[in-house]
Order: sequence, then C-alpha cells, then structure tokens
Amino acid sequence: MLKKISIFFTIILCCNNSNKIFAQSDTSKPVDLFADLETESKKSDNNTLNKITSAFKSTRVVNSHTVEMVGKHNLDFRISHRFGFLSSGSYNLFGLDNATMRMGFDYGITNKLNIGIGRSTVDKEIDAFFKYKILQQSSGKTNIPISIAYVLSAMHYGLKTTPDLSFSNRMSFAHQLLIARKFNDNFSLQLMPSLVHINAVSLITDDNNLYSLGTAGRIKISKRVAINAEYFYQFNQLANTTNSLSLGFDIETGGHVFQLHCSNSTGMNERGFITNTNGKWGNGDIRFGFNIVRTFALKKSSTKKTW
Amino acid sequence: MRKLFVFILTISSSIAAFSQEKIYSTKSGSISINANTPLETIEATNSQTLSKLSDRSGQLVFMLLIKGFTFKNALMQEHFNENYMESSKFPKADFKGNIINLSEVNFTKDGSYNVKVEGILTIHGVSKKINTNGTIVVNKGNIKAQTTFKIKVRDFGITGKYIGEKIAEEVETTIVCKYD
Repeated sequence: MLKKISIFFTIILCCNNSNKIFAQSDTSKPVDLFADLETESKKSDNNTLNKITSAFKSTRVVNSHTVEMVGKHNLDFRISHRFGFLSSGSYNLFGLDNATMRMGFDYGITNKLNIGIGRSTVDKEIDAFFKYKILQQSSGKTNIPISIAYVLSAMHYGLKTTPDLSFSNRMSFAHQLLIARKFNDNFSLQLMPSLVHINAVSLITDDNNLYSLGTAGRIKISKRVAINAEYFYQFNQLANTTNSLSLGFDIETGGHVFQLHCSNSTGMNERGFITNTNGKWGNGDIRFGFNIVRTFALKKSSTKKTW
Repeated sequence: MRKLFVFILTISSSIAAFSQEKIYSTKSGSISINANTPLETIEATNSQTLSKLSDRSGQLVFMLLIKGFTFKNALMQEHFNENYMESSKFPKADFKGNIINLSEVNFTKDGSYNVKVEGILTIHGVSKKINTNGTIVVNKGNIKAQTTFKIKVRDFGITGKYIGEKIAEEVETTIVCKYD
C-alpha cells in the first residue's frame, strides 16, 4: 500500500514537473544566441588578456636589443654589415670599400627566454647573450603599461696582441634592462639603462664599469616600413669615444626583416657600439649599414591538428 | 497497473526532454586556417573558439580572438596580426547563423547529420553572408559539429602584395567544435 502511494506521488510530481517545463518552453521564446554573443563578446573584452605585441619589428633596433623576442623553437639568422665612414671620401667610395660584419644566431628556448651567439669581424670578437622577458605589455584583464626584458651579454676580444692577453682580460660584459612601451600601432619607445664592464681597459684613467642610458624609438610609416632610431648617452666613457647614434629603416619582406641604417658606430655588440664608438656625426663619420634577418621554425608547433 | 505507471512516467519525461530548448556551448572549439601555397606553408589553429548552438531555433554562433591563432613560425604569426588581420584594430571574428535544415537533425539520436548553415561572417571588420555545409555528429549525447569552407581573403578587405603569391587567395577554414 505504502509502495503504491509512493509511486502515485512520484507520478504526480513528474507530471507536474513535465507540465511546467512544457508550459514554460511553449510560452517563452527560444534564447536569442545572436544577442547572447554580443554579451559574451563584451564579457570577453574585460576577461581576456590582450598582449600588446610587436612594439618593434625586429629583435634589434639597429645595434641594440629590443623587447621583442625570438619565438619558441625559432632560430633567427642575422647578418649585419657596416661600411666605412662616409667622410673617407671618394677614394674609399664613401666607405663602401671597407666593410665590417657580424654574423649571429638567436634562438628562442621559450617565448620568454632567448640565447644567441655572434662573431664580429671588428676586433674578431665573439659574443653570446642571454635575454629574458620579465614583463609583457598588456591590456584587458590585466593592464600592464610596459614591457621589460633583461639582456646579459658577454664578449671575447679576439685580436692577437703582444704581450698576449689572458682569457679573462679579453672579456667584457654588458647588463641591460630594456623598458619599452608601445603607445599605439605606430609609435613605440624604449629606455635602456646599461652597464658595460670591461675587464681590461687600455688606459689607467679609463673606468672598467661604464654606465649609459639608451633610448630607442620606432615610428611605423606603413604596414611594412618603420623608421627606427637609437641613442646611447654615456655617463662615463672611455677616452676618445663618443655616444652612439643610429637611424634606420625596417623593411619587411615576407620571412625577412631588412634593416637599412646610418650609424656612427662600428661595433655591433654591446661593448662595441655602446662604449667604443669613435665616429662623430658632425664630421660626417657616418657608416651606412644593413641587417638581414631570416627566421627559421625548427620544431613543429605543439598545436597540431587533431582531426 | 504498475506497468501503466511506468509507461506514463516514460512518456511524460520524454515529452519534457523534447519540448525543452537545449543550448549546446563550448569555449574550446577549434578553428584552423590553411593558406598554403607551393612557396610557403601557412597554417594556424585557434582552439579557444566560443560557439553556441540551439537545438530549437537552429541558431549557431562562433566567436574567436584573432590573436588566438598560433602559427609554427612566430614571425609569421606577427605578420598575420600586424599586417594582414590588423588584430589590434579588429580583435575578433564572429559568425551568426542558422541551421536551415534543422528538422533533419535529431539531437537525441546517435548519428551523423548533414546540415546547411547560412549566416553572417564578420572578419577584419567586414561582414559577409556565407553558406556552407557541415556535419553534426551525435554520439551518446555528445554533439560535435564540423565543417570546412573557403574564405576569399580579399572579400574581407584584407590586403597585401603576397596574397595570391606566397599566401593563397582563398583560405581553407576548418571548424571542429565539441559541445558540452
């Protein structure tokens, strides 16, 4: 008897329930997914982290690093050329007779950690660097106004000397903090407090620790062309050197970035261009130069097609 | 008597199931694009696509962030965002459409159903009406939708001198969504 009653109640309950659902779905309109999408869209504006990328087109402004990183498992092959001084006149075809170069590989271990090596003809220097992206400029969910990266580079002076220099006396190091902000699609600015430590300097009056503040900027003039500038102000400097100033264009051609520029620096590593620049713009000691970069993707992406 | 009760119970509950609108949704739908040419391999996938599907009205919507497309080559991804899609100006793409032959789909019965979808696709700030065929696979209550169609890049105001050369003029788009 009890059983029957309980079944009876269950059925009553069920019928009631189903009637309710029936009535509800009959009278109410179906959900408008189009309107719902608009709401979701607005919600996602506030909830998604919008990384503000591409403050610069390349990982170098002209000589100096930018906050841009080589992507994970990507390898950048970079060839940089600098010709002689324009002021050397027609005898040297305004510098084109002399060329110095740096060849280097930059590799992305992760999107935030890069390493690289390079070899310059200037002073036969070998350099290596480690670069870590500390902060990524973003908007939306978290608002971060700037990107920050740290670069540590080491350079080994390779010219034969008499008397021969020890390994440690040939070394110099540079620490740089890169602080950049992309103000809008067309304009980005970067500040670079830098310390170059040279283990052995040639004069007793020279400092081993050389402090400088670099400034770099980019103005995009079309989708594929940008104007770049960089300037390093040195707080203390080696004898007979001056501050580095470079101006250039970035031109993108598919998988390449082509950089054309004019600079008063010869060296293409941190010791070279920050602390060992000896040309003066005012005297026409300007070098024409270019960088060519080709990016190779070494590993298949982890987001493989799964169907 | 008892059998009758059970029968009524079954009937009433199935009526309830039929009459109720069910919204299938996912936030991890996968959309991949392929603009391969003999000169260059251009493939990317976005697996954070939002999609919703109503079994009653037949409305079907998709939304994704352009920056969510990942490429094998990071530089290519940058160019995709910066030069072609202008993703800081047009961060999203969406689709609002309807399944025209909704009556042919039985969401409660296992099987593969061919569907015709018509709607408005908005990419790069340009909206265009598109028609495509797809399939809805019902398997033990799990709904999966998939389709492949081609998008003419220039139709959506996306320009660049490599389009038609290194980049295919028509981008093959494949959608696979497993709904919750």
